Amino acid sequence: MTAATQRRETGLQIRQVAVAGNPNSGKTTLFNRLTGLRQRVANYPGVTVEKREGRLSGTDIVLLDLPGTYSLCARSPDEVIARDVLLGRQPGTARPDAILLVIDASNLERNLYLASQIIEFGTPVVIACNMIDVAEARGLHVNCKALSRELGVPVVAASGKTGRGLDEIRAALGALRPREPFIRPWSLAPEFEKHAARVQRTIERSGVIPSHAARAGALLWLTDYLSEDRAGVEPATRFLSRLGSEDAASLRESADAIREFVHDPAASAIEARYAWISQVAARVARPAMIGNAKTPGRSWTDRLDAILTHRIYGVAIFAALMFALFLAIFSGAEPLMGIIESGQLAVADAIRGAMAEGPLQSLLADGVVGGVGSVIVFFPQICMMFLFLAVLEDSGYMARAAFLMDRVMSRVGLHGRSFIPLLSSYACAIPGIMATRTIENPRDRLTTILIAPLMSCSARLPVYLIVIAAIFGDRLWLKAGMMFGLYVFGTATALLVAVLLKKTLLKGPTPTFIMELPPYHLPQARAVLRTMWDRSKLFLTGAGTTIFAVCIIIWALGYFPRLDPVQLPQETRVRLAAAGTDDAALSNAVSAEQLRQSYLGRMGRFIEPAIRPLGYDWRLGVGILSSFLAREVFVGTMGVVYSVGESDHTSDTLREKMSRATWPDGRRVLTPRAGIGLMIFYVLACQCVSTLAVARRETGAWKWPAFMFGYMTVLAYAAALGVNQVGAAMDWGG
Amino acid sequence: MPNALADLSPGQSGRVTLVAGEAGIRHRLLEMGLTRGTTVRLVRVAPLGDPLELAVRGYRLSVRRSEAGMVRIEDADG
Repeated sequence: MTAATQRRETGLQIRQVAVAGNPNSGKTTLFNRLTGLRQRVANYPGVTVEKREGRLSGTDIVLLDLPGTYSLCARSPDEVIARDVLLGRQPGTARPDAILLVIDASNLERNLYLASQIIEFGTPVVIACNMIDVAEARGLHVNCKALSRELGVPVVAASGKTGRGLDEIRAALGALRPREPFIRPWSLAPEFEKHAARVQRTIERSGVIPSHAARAGALLWLTDYLSEDRAGVEPATRFLSRLGSEDAASLRESADAIREFVHDPAASAIEARYAWISQVAARVARPAMIGNAKTPGRSWTDRLDAILTHRIYGVAIFAALMFALFLAIFSGAEPLMGIIESGQLAVADAIRGAMAEGPLQSLLADGVVGGVGSVIVFFPQICMMFLFLAVLEDSGYMARAAFLMDRVMSRVGLHGRSFIPLLSSYACAIPGIMATRTIENPRDRLTTILIAPLMSCSARLPVYLIVIAAIFGDRLWLKAGMMFGLYVFGTATALLVAVLLKKTLLKGPTPTFIMELPPYHLPQARAVLRTMWDRSKLFLTGAGTTIFAVCIIIWALGYFPRLDPVQLPQETRVRLAAAGTDDAALSNAVSAEQLRQSYLGRMGRFIEPAIRPLGYDWRLGVGILSSFLAREVFVGTMGVVYSVGESDHTSDTLREKMSRATWPDGRRVLTPRAGIGLMIFYVLACQCVSTLAVARRETGAWKWPAFMFGYMTVLAYAAALGVNQVGAAMDWGG
Repeated sequence: MPNALADLSPGQSGRVTLVAGEAGIRHRLLEMGLTRGTTVRLVRVAPLGDPLELAVRGYRLSVRRSEAGMVRIEDADG
């Protein structure tokens, strides 16, 4: 007797259990309850679908929380992962030994759809009939024993909220036995059944999937293959390639035969399954409640929705919430960011004090500390953003936000869910791009990522402030109007780009808006903090390393080569002599000279011919190059190139210096025309290594961030050139 | 009597007779429970006129007007 058959007789060795279920079935809450605090979160390779694993407390069993899915006919990246793991097709993830299937007792029929699909595959299953308390509160009694008899698998009444049923789930998983071959309790049209049986025999003989799964596999393959939809046909065709050519031909033949006899076979299979589910639901739950669209009495969710999706109150509350979100990212994180920045300065000063001057000291004090600072300075914003999003999602409000905003977003070809990521991008594109994880359609998600950096983020604000102040002086209304105009301009461009992208590169079938509006829940602090922390951590490990590396590179470009104090070029001596004899002025002038002849300065001068048509000199060029690190660096760099000691908060001296700076022939550099052009450049250009790093993290390849950088730079250059040239032609603002 | 789900007014119900339209959307609507004979109620319309909120099989589903136009219905009491 082999070890395998022995195990079949004595019970099962269960190591890996997949937790599956519909979205909003309370799956993750139950998972958190069952595993406690020790979890591992990563991404599946190549996609941003979270892979969450944890040990079932008190056992050696590893639980794997799958993304929520409505059906094994997968239509979103999340659903593809869930299906592939369940069927043992996901590379790098072992076929689960058993499945913990979470169903929502208060939404039995639709949850039983996925449940019946999964059960038919024959893998040992335990069903957790979750939210049993919610169902009971609604006067709905689900008889778990009866459900267990109907489905042929153990069913445990559970509640992730109260912790009811946890021990029973553990016990049921421990007591699992190999299942009897499962006979699908509902049937298709006779011709359909006949050919499905033929497909089953062929698959069974080929041995590509375990024989107990062949019957369900045959049906899934047929409905996929006959679905006339790419999402189904693609995996079905892939499956054919795993079979021998003879078997593949036989499968195709059966499918064609079915197509001849049955109109829309995939739809007929769905309807047959639902017909059976309606009967089961009627038998196990109090029939008055099931299959009836009218919920007796008004539930809390209904009463809340009457307000929260109301034409006036709903929109007002939504606007207020979004304002709060904006405020939280914009200013709520400010004190923490201030602490990080002053901590950064203190550490840099300590290093300068403790070490002799030289490249190593500068590398540590300016490069490393600056690099680490650039990464963690975003961290409070990101945590804040994810905290807010987690609360919105956990409570069920996120779906309502999409419901409210879908009309607006569908005008530019996007989904209502794109609204919040775009709005948060006004504070910072990094949390904005990370927030696109809530968008299911991959094309919509990519479009949203690509346009997010066009929203004027808070890092552009210092640039706008200083340039506006330098060119408009004290004219308050003009300054405010200009600022407002810049924000509108960025937004309008973003929407325009979205329309263009959806019509060209990211063209595809109209994305659907078939979305469940789950009942409201009081968000659970533990789950919310957990989600926030897991996602924020991914930012540090994923994008943080790239941001750090680029910081070091830019530091080196600005630091090397060093000025040789003994052999200063003649022109440098002249400029230094002109700076005066006062110590501070001299040291500023030396820093400016150092930057001027560093690689960064040389690059600035090298690109001067390219930016001259825009009306800029090499000093603005250096500013543009160095602000690639992060736009706010512009102010600091300008401080150095225009050799001002402290570029303080009001930026007065820098502002004056900038507005007085002249070309060698005495013309002003920062004319209103050049200034507006420069700001338009900043609105459109993707000068943020962190954004690119995050976009890479979220799209899984450098291709899209490269495209993002390319199109935005071209746009920025063209627009700035247009402003300068048209302005010059009209003889305006010079 | 309205003959598509999109024609219902808030509070009105209908029984599904057919789901038409592109395969991907049609099958997802069916999988979400809008199968033939199912009673559906239009709960409300979003403030900007689209999408719609439906009550089906005891839960709430939101679809765009264009998608709801693919679902043919008959009188719920007929």
